[in-house]
Order: sequence, then C-alpha cells, then structure tokens
Amino acid sequence: MPKLTMVQAINLGLDQEMQRDDRVIVLGEDVGRDGGVFRVTEGLLAKYGETRVIDTPLAESAILGASIGMALAGLRPVAEMQFCGFSYLMLPQLEGHASRFRARSQGQLTCPLVVRVPYGGGVRALEHHSEARETLYAHLPGVKVVVPSAPRNARALIVAAVRDPDPVVFLEPKRSYRAFREEVPEEEEVMPIGCAIVVRPGTDLTAISWGAMMRPTLQAVEELQKQRKASIELIDLLSLAPLDVETIGASVAKTGRCVVVQESPRSFGPAAELIAVINDRALLQLEAPVKRVTGYDVVTPYFGREHQYIASPARIRRALEETLDF
Amino acid sequence: MPRKEIETFAVSWLQVLDETGTADPELDPKLPQETLLELQRAMVRARESDARMLRLQRQGRIGTFGPCTGQEASVCGPALAMAPQDWFAGSFRELGGRQIRGEPLTNTFLFHNGFEEGNVQPAGVTRLLPVSIIVGAQTLHAVGAAYAMKYRGEKACVVTFLGDGATSEGDFHEALNFASVWQVPVVFIVQNNQWAISIPRRKQMHCRTIAQRAIAYDMPGLQVDGNDVLGMYVAAREALDRARGGGGPTLIEAVTYRLMMHTTADDPSKYRQDDEVQQWWDRDPLVRFRKYLEARGLWDAQRQALLEAEVKREIDQAVQEFEARRDFPPDAPFDHVFGTRHALIEEQRAQFLADLRLGEGGHA
Ligand SMILES: Cc1ncc(C[n+]2csc(CCOP(=O)(O)OP(=O)(O)O)c2C)c(N)n1
Ligand SMILES: [Mg+2]
Repeated sequence: MPKLTMVQAINLGLDQEMQRDDRVIVLGEDVGRDGGVFRVTEGLLAKYGETRVIDTPLAESAILGASIGMALAGLRPVAEMQFCGFSYLMLPQLEGHASRFRARSQGQLTCPLVVRVPYGGGVRALEHHSEARETLYAHLPGVKVVVPSAPRNARALIVAAVRDPDPVVFLEPKRSYRAFREEVPEEEEVMPIGCAIVVRPGTDLTAISWGAMMRPTLQAVEELQKQRKASIELIDLLSLAPLDVETIGASVAKTGRCVVVQESPRSFGPAAELIAVINDRALLQLEAPVKRVTGYDVVTPYFGREHQYIASPARIRRALEETLDF
Repeated sequence: MPRKEIETFAVSWLQVLDETGTADPELDPKLPQETLLELQRAMVRARESDARMLRLQRQGRIGTFGPCTGQEASVCGPALAMAPQDWFAGSFRELGGRQIRGEPLTNTFLFHNGFEEGNVQPAGVTRLLPVSIIVGAQTLHAVGAAYAMKYRGEKACVVTFLGDGATSEGDFHEALNFASVWQVPVVFIVQNNQWAISIPRRKQMHCRTIAQRAIAYDMPGLQVDGNDVLGMYVAAREALDRARGGGGPTLIEAVTYRLMMHTTADDPSKYRQDDEVQQWWDRDPLVRFRKYLEARGLWDAQRQALLEAEVKREIDQAVQEFEARRDFPPDAPFDHVFGTRHALIEEQRAQFLADLRLGEGGHA
C-alpha cells in the first residue's frame, strides 16, 4: 500500500470518485491549473478537463450557490473554500438553501454536494487562515459535518461525502495535511458518515477528540499510560453532525470518566454538546465531572501567539490525570 | 418608435507618461519638483522594502506576505494625491501607500511576523485601516466611512484599493451600489494586476474592462495605465476633487501587473509563462518615472544611488528595531475581546496563564 499524506489521500478519493461517476464536478478558487493552494485537487484538471474541474471567479457565495443549482439539477459538485476564514461568505447559501431544500420540498429536491474547507491553526499563516469554527457548521440542521484526522480515514470519508445524498461540509485539518503519512489502499474504501470510531479501547476513562487534535490527544494518552497504570479509551469522532451519540454514550457509561479535547473556542463548542450528550446517556455512571480541554473565547490570535493557544499534549495529559484522580 | 437607443456609454483610458517616460504635454500635471521627488522616493522605498521582505521571509525571519513589486505606481500615485484627513482602506498589496500614510516598516514586519502589534499605529498615523485579507470586504467599510465623512460635513474622502479578483465578490458590487445611491466621497481603485493567484483576468470576468463596471452604477469610471505614476496621480486627484466637492464616488481601474508570486507561499511557475512576466518587467513603473525625471534634469545615477542607500539604511534600522522587540505579552488577546472586562474571559485568562506553564501546543 502506498504511504500518502492527507493531501494525497483526499486527492486519491476525489480522483477515483470522478473516474467512477461523471456527475462529480470539482469547483473553486484555484482548484484547476494550480491544483488548489494546498494541492488537494492537483492533476484533476489534466485528467478530467475544464468542464469538470472549474477554476471559478473569486466569490464564495457564488461557488456554493452555483453548487446548489448543480446539485438540484443532478450533478454532484465538490466545492472548495480556499480557507475556513473565507467560508463564512457561503453561509447565507448554506443555511438558507443547501440545508433546507430537502425539508422545503418534503424530500423532492435535494442537495447532494460537498464543500471542502481547510480549517484550523498551526500552519503559521496570516489572519483568517488559522481559526477552527466547526460549531458554525455543526449547528445547522440539514448539514453534515465531517472532520477526518488522518490520511486513510480522510480518503474513505471524502468518498462517502461525495456519495452522500445531503450537503456535507468536509473540514480538512490543515495542520495534518502533510504532517504524517499513512498507508492508504488503492482499492475503494468507504467509511460511514455519522459514525465515530474507537481508536483504542480502554476501561478507566474515555478521551474524545477529532481532526488535528487527535494527534496531541493520542500523544498525551500514550505518555500517561507509560507513566501509570490506566486504561484509556480513545474516540475519534470523525463526524460532528450527525453526532454518534451511541458510541459516545456507551463508552462513557462503561468508563465513567471523560475528557473532550477541542481546538476551537470554548463556549458553545462541540465539547459542550458532547457533555450534554453524556449527561443524557451516562450521567448516573459518571465518577468524575467531564472535563474539556479547549481553545479560549478570544479572537484567534495571529500566528506569533497561536502555538500558545492550541492545547499541548501536556495540557491534555493534566486533564486526563485530574479526571482519573477525581 | 418602439425600439430605440436610449443611452450610450464610453470607457476612457488615461496615460500621462508613455512607456519611454515621455509625458503628454497636455496631460502632464506639471507637479512641483518636491512632489515629483516624493513620488520617486515612495516608489523606490516600496520596491526596496519588498525586496528585503522577500529575503527576510526566505530566511524565516517573517511569515507569508504578498509582494507589491510592479504595482508601486498604481498605489503611490493615489496615496500621494490624498489629503492628510482622507481615509485609506486598502487590501494587502499596497505597501508603498501604507508607507506614504505613515505606517512604519517595523509595523509591517510585526504584522507579517504574526503579531497584532503591527496594526497599532504610532501617534499621528490615523485614518489608515489595517490590512484587509478578506477579499473585497474593505470596499464596504470605505463606503461607510465615506458616509460618516459626509454626515459630519468633513471635507474628507476615502480611498479604497482592491484587486481584479476582488471585483468578483458580491461585496464589491454592493459597495459600488451603496456608494452610488448615497453619493458619498469614496474612490475605488482596482489594481488590475492581471492575476488573482492562478486565475487570469479573462477567467475572472467576461467584460473587457473593469472600468465599465462603473457605468452600471452611474458613476464616473476610467481605465488608467497603472504603471504610469503621473496618470494614477492625476486620475486620483480628479476623483478626490470631485468627491470633496460633493460629486460622489469614482471607480479607477489601474492596469498593472503582479511581477512576483501571489504570496511567498505561491509558485507562479505552475500557471504563468515567464515571457509574459518579462514583457511587464519591460514596463517597470520605476524605470519609466526615472526617465521622466532624468529628462527634466531632476535625477541621475548618483541621486538614484544616494536614495537607494538612504532607503536601505532606513530598512536596516527597521529590521533591527523589529527584531529587538520582545514585549509580546502572551495573554494580550484576552485584553481585546471586548471593551470591558468580563468574568468569563478573565477566568479563561487565568486558566490560560496556568496552562502556559505546562507548555505550548500547536503540535502536528
Ligand atoms: C473572501 C476571500 N476569499 C479568498 C481569499 C484567498 N485569496 C487571497 S488573495 C486572493 C486573490 C486576490 O486576487 P486579486 O483581488 O486580483 O488581488 P491580488 O492578489 O492580485 O492583489 C485569494 C483568492 C481571501 N483572502 N478572501
Ligand atoms: Mg489581481
């Protein structure tokens, strides 16, 4: 199996889906000739031509709005927002229309489309190139939100997203784009949307994260397990919407302790929702308050300070210890 | 007659200095010597600053930035035509203009090294909005500021810059419409540098000029040779005079070229040909203006060398000052969430400072 970066893995998934289904259209700013500013769509223009790989004018609302029209008319658009920081310009189309056509028409009209959005910090980039805002999207009924954490699941999930009957916001943690490689099978692999996975089983505590925070979380778990006897179950959410409440509930009901790790600001973030889910499903089994390690409720600082604002493995480890020792 | 022509429109083009540096005698604004030398100094300073920033970036001493080389005339001309009380609402490729408005290079460096401190202007530098990275957004801020100037009866205008790519955003069209409906004193300057990252102008728009967009909003619009600093100065001065006199907005399309990469993170060899770039180097706005000055006996090789040396000294000093800066309190972001303190934020600040002792994040 070839060892791929996440960029290459998503590229592979898109390529194979375009090969398989000629309704799949890729569009966005610089996705063609340039292959996307992160090179995720590299090579697709040469292979599929200008009618299927469209370098659009610079307008995010138009990119999504036109994608909606394409989807309503039977195509399978995969739109790219160049960075999360510019994706808010598509919000009126996403909230107002993509999320609603199914309900609005009682299922007669649907929007099977994907919006790929590089998101999150840690790449030393300019303002608007480093925030994590998954809550904005996860809060919209009718929109699925997927966040891969590694090359292999990124490939399997982009395939699922392209085939999904509904609008999917596919958040690509850009810190993980080239940070490491993983074996990705050439043959088709699909993972279901809306399902979390237990990355490693355990009995004493459940650690939950997603996207780029999976790596520091895993590091913290491993460090801690070297230090002391503790069996930690690690869950990778992979989808924020719909949330896999069963896997989460069952795990915490079993371990009785939980720590959630999130990059984005604290208030109203996914961790808050997870705590509510745990409240509903495992409150009486809890042996410690659920802890959340999060970003802070500040305007995302420029990159000179951002490394101080993203949770370190040490911060995560302390939260794990405090929860185990509660 | 059921079908007849009810309006006809024309789009005009302005060039004062031709490519050999010869001024059209009727159009030459005959600027005082002092202003001419200021224009020269501003453009050389921008060019040299850009070159230094590129080196600093390659050495890892600053982060990503978008070079302005080749576009000095289209920015410096209008910036020098502005009055001190006017507002400057730029995007991200107007280094020369920001310098004319008084932004110290240390600020530019700080900004590009990831510190908001770079947006804090020294006393006396006002009405200069921070770099706007969200393409096109600043054009609306410009319209609002222009409304405020009109409302308060100030004889001040707003000049806003954007790129050819930015003209595709809804914000730009909405800004033109608001400005036109409100008849506020704002000048839109589109630096049409032919590229928006990898997208050439002809894929960005089907219309042949950007200037003609003005027609739809019933405002004066014209296309100017953006590599002709005198043409840009004249066009901006006319627009500013009209706006100051209550004549409303203007759209200026500066035809120029991005000689360098989009930003230091970009590789233009993927999408454009070197010979196209070379053709535009042959129209270097700095060379053109220097010829004009030389023909008038205002400039020579020695003065050029002196100016370059002086500018480089200035830049050296700014680099030193910037690299000596150490006062970046880690919790500054907590100071500026809101204008008043709030218990939730303060609690998080205390937590942040405690967390910091455990070590920093940002791990891959
Ligand atoms: C709303 C928004 N979308 C996308 C981007 C990413 N981006 C930054 S600059 C740029 C191209 C801008 O082209 P143009 O307006 O011609 O200005 P130039 O870079 O040529 O000066 C793009 C797509 C952005 N900054 N803001
Ligand atoms: Mg441009």
